[in-house]
Amino acid sequence: MENYPGLVTAIIIIPLVGFLINMFWGYRFGEKISGAIGSVAALLSFGVAILLYIYLLNSNFAAAVVNPPILDRWIEMANGTLSIPWQMRVDTLSVTMMLVVTGIGSMIHIYAIGYMHGDPRFSRFFSYLNLFLFFMLILVTGNNFLMMFVGWEGVGVCSFLLIGFWFDKTNGVGWKNSLAARKAMILNRVGDFGLLMAIFLMFWTFGTLDYFRPGEIANVEWAAGGGHGEEAGHGEEGAAEEGHGAIPASVTVAMAEGRSRQQAVQQDGHGGEGEAAAAEGEAHGETDGHSEPALPVYTDNNHIETSQLGVFGQAERMLEDHHEVDFGPFNLPIETVLVIITLFMLLGAAGKSAQIPLFVWLPDAMAGPTPVSALIHAATMVTAGVYMIVRSNVFFYEAQLSSFVVTVIGVSTALAAGYMAMGQWDIKRVLAYSTISQLGFMIAAAGIGAYAAAMFHLVTHAFFKALLFLGSGSVIHGVEHGHHLAHERHSHGHGHDDHGHDAHAHDAAAAHGDDHAHHDDFDPQDMRNMGGLAERMPITFITYMIGTLALAGIFPFAGFWSKDEILLDGYLVGFFGDKGPLYNLGGFIALGGLLIAAGFTAFYMWRQIQMVFFGQARTEAAHHAPESNAFMCIPLIVLAVLSVFGGFFNTPSNVLGLDNIFGAHLFTSFLEPSVLHAHVADFNPFLAIAALAVAIGAIMLAHRIYAGSKAVTASNTDPLYENGGTRRLWAFANARMYWDQFYGALLEQPFNRSSKFLADKLDWAFWHDYIHDTVIFKGFNAIGQLLSKPVDVGIIDGIVNAVGAVVRWIAQWGRGLQTGYVRTYAVTLLLGVVLVIVLLILPALTQAR
Amino acid sequence: MPESAISITTITLFIPLVSMFILLFLKEEQAQFIRIGALAGSLLTLGAAVVMWAGFDITNPNLQFVQRGEWIPTYGISYYVGVDGLSMILVVLTAFIVPVAILASWHMHVLEERGRQKLYYIFIMLLEFAMIGSFVAQDLFLFYIFFEVTLVPMYFMIGIWGAEQRVYAAIKFFLYTIAGSILMLLALLYVGINAGTFAVPEITAAVRANPALFPFAGMFSTQSFLFLGFLIAFAIKTPMFPFHSWLPDAHVQAPTAGSIILAGVLLKLGTYGMARFCFQFFPEASVAWAPTVGVLAVIGILYGAWVSYAQTDVKKLVAYSSVSHMGFVVLGLFALNAQGINGAILQMVNHGISTGGLFLLVGMLYERRHTKALDAFGGIWKVMPLFGGLSLVITLSSMGLPGLNGFVGEFTILLGTFGSEYLGFFFALFATLGVILAAVYSLYMYQKVFMGEVVKEENKHLEPLHWQETLLLVVIVIVIIWIGVYPSTFFGSMDASVNQLVQQVSAVAQSIVSR
Repeated sequence: MENYPGLVTAIIIIPLVGFLINMFWGYRFGEKISGAIGSVAALLSFGVAILLYIYLLNSNFAAAVVNPPILDRWIEMANGTLSIPWQMRVDTLSVTMMLVVTGIGSMIHIYAIGYMHGDPRFSRFFSYLNLFLFFMLILVTGNNFLMMFVGWEGVGVCSFLLIGFWFDKTNGVGWKNSLAARKAMILNRVGDFGLLMAIFLMFWTFGTLDYFRPGEIANVEWAAGGGHGEEAGHGEEGAAEEGHGAIPASVTVAMAEGRSRQQAVQQDGHGGEGEAAAAEGEAHGETDGHSEPALPVYTDNNHIETSQLGVFGQAERMLEDHHEVDFGPFNLPIETVLVIITLFMLLGAAGKSAQIPLFVWLPDAMAGPTPVSALIHAATMVTAGVYMIVRSNVFFYEAQLSSFVVTVIGVSTALAAGYMAMGQWDIKRVLAYSTISQLGFMIAAAGIGAYAAAMFHLVTHAFFKALLFLGSGSVIHGVEHGHHLAHERHSHGHGHDDHGHDAHAHDAAAAHGDDHAHHDDFDPQDMRNMGGLAERMPITFITYMIGTLALAGIFPFAGFWSKDEILLDGYLVGFFGDKGPLYNLGGFIALGGLLIAAGFTAFYMWRQIQMVFFGQARTEAAHHAPESNAFMCIPLIVLAVLSVFGGFFNTPSNVLGLDNIFGAHLFTSFLEPSVLHAHVADFNPFLAIAALAVAIGAIMLAHRIYAGSKAVTASNTDPLYENGGTRRLWAFANARMYWDQFYGALLEQPFNRSSKFLADKLDWAFWHDYIHDTVIFKGFNAIGQLLSKPVDVGIIDGIVNAVGAVVRWIAQWGRGLQTGYVRTYAVTLLLGVVLVIVLLILPALTQAR
Repeated sequence: MPESAISITTITLFIPLVSMFILLFLKEEQAQFIRIGALAGSLLTLGAAVVMWAGFDITNPNLQFVQRGEWIPTYGISYYVGVDGLSMILVVLTAFIVPVAILASWHMHVLEERGRQKLYYIFIMLLEFAMIGSFVAQDLFLFYIFFEVTLVPMYFMIGIWGAEQRVYAAIKFFLYTIAGSILMLLALLYVGINAGTFAVPEITAAVRANPALFPFAGMFSTQSFLFLGFLIAFAIKTPMFPFHSWLPDAHVQAPTAGSIILAGVLLKLGTYGMARFCFQFFPEASVAWAPTVGVLAVIGILYGAWVSYAQTDVKKLVAYSSVSHMGFVVLGLFALNAQGINGAILQMVNHGISTGGLFLLVGMLYERRHTKALDAFGGIWKVMPLFGGLSLVITLSSMGLPGLNGFVGEFTILLGTFGSEYLGFFFALFATLGVILAAVYSLYMYQKVFMGEVVKEENKHLEPLHWQETLLLVVIVIVIIWIGVYPSTFFGSMDASVNQLVQQVSAVAQSIVSR
C-alpha cells in the first residue's frame, strides 16, 4: 500500500507517452487508432488517479511526497542557494484535482473521437489533448510553486495550440482563430507575471517554494484530532519507499496520527534513518549552516529553525511570532508580505481563471473545437486559479485584505459575466460567459474562506459545464449536418448523386465548424438558427436539460448543493464571522452578489434552452438536425449522471435524511487533511429555499419572455431589446459591456502606437540615423580634422590617423567590392587593423615604461 | 597552478586554427571538401570541448586545464589559457554553435551566388579560434587580441556575403566595437602595468591582497574609470541599451551563419567580460555602479521587447529581441549574487541556442522565399508542419516557457535580482514585465509567419526541410528541453566558480558598507 503514491509519476508519464506517440506517428494510424491511443492514455491516468484515491482512503489520508525516478532535481545550485526539485505531492487536494482532470478528460477524449471525425489533423488534436493532460497534471501534482508554474504556463501553451487549432481556416477565420489564441496567451502571461512576482516574494521570505516538506503535516489540528475519528492503525514513522516497487520512486509519506508540528519537523530532521533512498533522491539542499549568506533562515521564538518546513508551515510560525521579513533595504511584517504575495497570486488567478480584469480572452477562446472548450476552458484549466488559492489557503486566510479583494473580484466577475451571458446569441459564448461567472462563484467562495465549498463547486461545475459544452457541441454538429442535409435536398436535382463521398466531405467540414463546401454565411452556433431541437436530438436535449438544471441550482442536482454551500458560507461569514468588519463585509457581498448572479444564471440558461430546444425549428438546418453518434452521446450520458448525483459527494448533515444514504460532508472531510481552513457549515433551509426561489423565479421570467412563438429568428432581435425599458440594458450586455473596445483603446492601441513610435522614430530615425550616422560619424571626422593639425601630439595623432585610415581603407574597399577585387582590399584591411592596433599599443607601452 | 605540457584547452583552442590552415590548401573548386573539412574541424573542436567538460572538476572553483608559456616577459604578458566555471560552458556553447552555423550554410544560396566558399569557411574557423581564445585566455593582453580578432572574420562575413547594405553594416559593426575596445585597451594597459602582470588570476589576487591597488573613492574615481573603460567596451559588444544601434544592422545584413554566430557567441563576449574582468578587478566599482547598470539593463529588456514588436522584418525583430534578452543577462550579472550570476551565465547559453535557433529559422525561411518581411509569410505551419512545430518550440523557448531552457535562466536571473542587495524589488518588478512583452512579440512573430490561411501563392509550395536542416532543428530542440528540465548539468559546472566570485564581491561590498 505504501508503494502507491509512487504511481503519481505514472499519471504524468502516461499522457506524455500518448502525446509523443500521436505527435510522431499519429498521422500513420488513422482516426480510430489515434483516438484510441489518446483516450486510453486519459483513461489509464484516470485509473491511476482512482488508485491514488484508494490509497488515500486506506492510509487515513496520509499525504505523500514523491520524487520521480531519474529526474529528481530541477533548478539546483550549490550551498543551497536555490533548490527546486521535481517533486510531487499526493494529498487529498491534489488527488481531487487529478480525478476531475483525468475523469472529465477521459470523457472528452472519447467524445472528441466522434466530434473531430474527418478532421485532417485528427491525430494532432489528440496529441495536444494528451499534452494538455500532462501539463495539467504537473500543475496539480507539483509540490512547489515553480512546478505549479510549469503546469500553469504549459496548459497555457496547450490552450494556445488548441484555440488556434483551426489556424488555417479560409475567409480570414483562421486568422481570427489564431488571434484568439494569441490573445489568450498574452492575457495569461499578464497573470503569470503576477504569479512569478508572488513566487519571488515567497522565495525571499521563506527560502523555499515547497508547499510542504516531506513528512510535514498540512493540517495539524486535523491530525491532532486523530484524523476524523478513525483509529490510528498505521505506524508512527514517516515511511519511505526504497524504490523496490514497480515504480522506483522515492516516496515520503507523512502519517497523520496525533503528531504535532514540531514532531513533524524533528521527524524530518533526522528522517535519514531507514530512508536512504528517499534522502539520496531528494537532494533537498540540506542547509549547510556555515555558508548561507543570501537565503532567509528563520528561527522562531521556540528556537526551531523552520527551514525544514514548507512555505505554509513557515508562514504560520512567522505569523505566531509577528516576524519581520528582511528585504535588504526595508523590513516588512509578515502580515504585509502575505498580503502582497496573495495580491500577486490573485493577478495570476485572474489570468488563468478568467476573472476581472483579465477575463476577456475566454469568450474568444471559443474559437477552439468544442471538446477543447469543454475540457480546457470550462472544466479544468480555468479552475487552476481556484486550485492555487485553495492550495495557498493558509496565506489567503491570514491576509484579510487580499481575501476581501478576492471576494470582490469574484462576485463582480460572477455578476458581470452573468449579465453579459444574457445578451449573447452564440450558444458557446453564452456558456463561456457562464463559465466566467461560475469561476467568479468559486473565487468569491475562496475569498470568504469557504475553500471546501470552492473546491466542491469546482468539481460539480466541471461535471455540468463539461456536459453543457459537449451538449452544445452536439447541437452545433447536428445543426451543421442539418444544414448540409437541407442543402443537399435543395440541390439534389443538380446532379449530385454521390452521397457517400459527399457525406464524408461534410463531416470534415462539420468538424471544422464552418463550411468550406458552400460559401454561405450560415452560422451553426447562432441560437437564432435553432429551435425545436428537443424532438430531433432527444439524448442531447435530456442531458442538456439536466446540465441546465444543475447549473441553475435546482434541487437536487449537483449545482444546487455546491452553490448553496457557497451562499451558506457567505451568510455565516457575514453574520457570524469574527475576524473583523472587512471579513463580515466580504460575507455580505458574497451572499448578496452571488444570489443575484444565481438569478442571472438561471435566466440565461433558460433563455438558451428555449431558443435551442423548444418552439419551432426556425431554419431548415434546425429542421433536419440529426442526433449525434454514440461516441458523443455516451460521454453526455455519463456526465449527466454525474450532474445529477455529483452533489451528494458533500451532502450537508441534516437534509431530508440524505446524509444517511450518502454520508455527511464527505468531500469537506476528504479535503480537510490538506486544506487547513476547510469549513464545515450546516444546511440552512431558509437560505436554500431563498436560493431555489431566485432560480425558479428567474426561470419563470425567462420562460415568459422567450417561450413558445415569441422565440426570435435570425431577422429580429431579443424581446428584451424590443422592450423599451430593457433595451439599453440588453444592448450593453450584447456588446459585452465594451470591455474589448475599452482595452483596445486603453492598452492595445497605445501599445501599438508607442511601439511603432519607439521603433521607427526614436530608435531608427533619431538614434540610428541621426545620432549615429550623422552626428557621431560626421562629428568624428570633423574633430579628427581639427585635432590633427593644432594638437600634434603622439597618441591623439595616432588615434585620429588610425581612424581616418580605417575609414579610408573601408571606403576604398567598399568600392573595390563592386569592382570585384575583394581579396586585395580584404588583405589591405586586415593589415590596416593590425596596424591600428600596433599604432595604438606602441606609444602607450613606451610611455608607461 | 599546474602548468602541464600541452593542456586540452590549448588543443581545443588550436583545432579550429589547424583546420583553417588545412582549408587554405584546398582548392576553391573542391567545395564539398571544404564544407566537410570545416564541419569536421568544428565537430572535432566540439569533441575536444566535450572531453574537456567531462574532465572538468565541478567542485574546483579555480582555473583548470591551465597552460602557460612566456610570450612578452618584459611586459608580463604570457600565453596563459585555462578554464573555470565561468568559461567552461561558454567554450562548449561556442563549439556547439559553430557546427550549427556551418550546417546552416550548407545550402546557402548566397554562397553559391557570390562564391568564395573557401574564404567563407576559413573565416568561420578563424572566428571559432578567436572566440574560444577569448573565453580561455587568462592573460588580459591575450584576451584583448582574441577579442579584437573576432571582429575581422565577422566583418568580412557581413561585408562579403551579407544582404544589400552589407558594407555599411560591416563598417558600422567594426567601428562601433573598436571604439569601445579602445577604451578597454587603455584601461587594460593601466591595469596590467600597475599590477605588474597581465595574468588575470594574478591581478585578481593582487586586487584582493591590496584593495587600494585601483583606488576606489566613489563613483568617479580611478577604479570606477577603469571599470567603465571595460564596461563600455563590453556594453557595446553585448549590446546594452543604448549602445545597441549596430546590432539590427549587423544582424539584418549578415548571412544566416553570421547571425547565428553573432547572436550565439559573439554577444556573450561582452557579458562574459563583465563577469570575468569588471567584477574581479573592480569589485567596489561594480557594486557602486550596479544600480545604474541595472537600470540600463531593465530599460534594455523593456525597450528591446517594445521595439521588437513593431518590426516588419523578421530578422530585425529577432535582433531587437536579443537586446531584450541580453538585458536579462546583464541584470542577472549585476545582481551580484549566486542566483543572478548563475542564471545569467546559463542565460548566455540559452540565448545562444534559442536566438541562434531563431536566426536559423529565419535563414531557412529566407532560403525558400528570399524575403524577410513578416507580411510575406502566413500559414507556413500548414505548408511545412514539421518546421512549424519545431519553430514553435524554439519560439517558446525564447519567450521563456517553463520546461524549456529560457525559463530557467530568466527565472533565476529575476529571482537573483529580487533578492539582490544592490538591485531589489523594483528592478525585478519591471524586468518581469519584460516576460509579458516577450510573449507579445514572440507570438506576434509566430502568428504572422506560421498561422492563418496560406494566402500568397509563393507560400503554397515550399521545399520541405533537408535532412541537415531537420537534424539541426531537432538537435537544438533536444538541447532546449534538456536545459529546461535538467539544468543541473550546467549549473553544476559553473556553481563553484560563481560562488567564489560572489564571495569576493560581497566581501568587498561589506568593506564599503563598513567604511
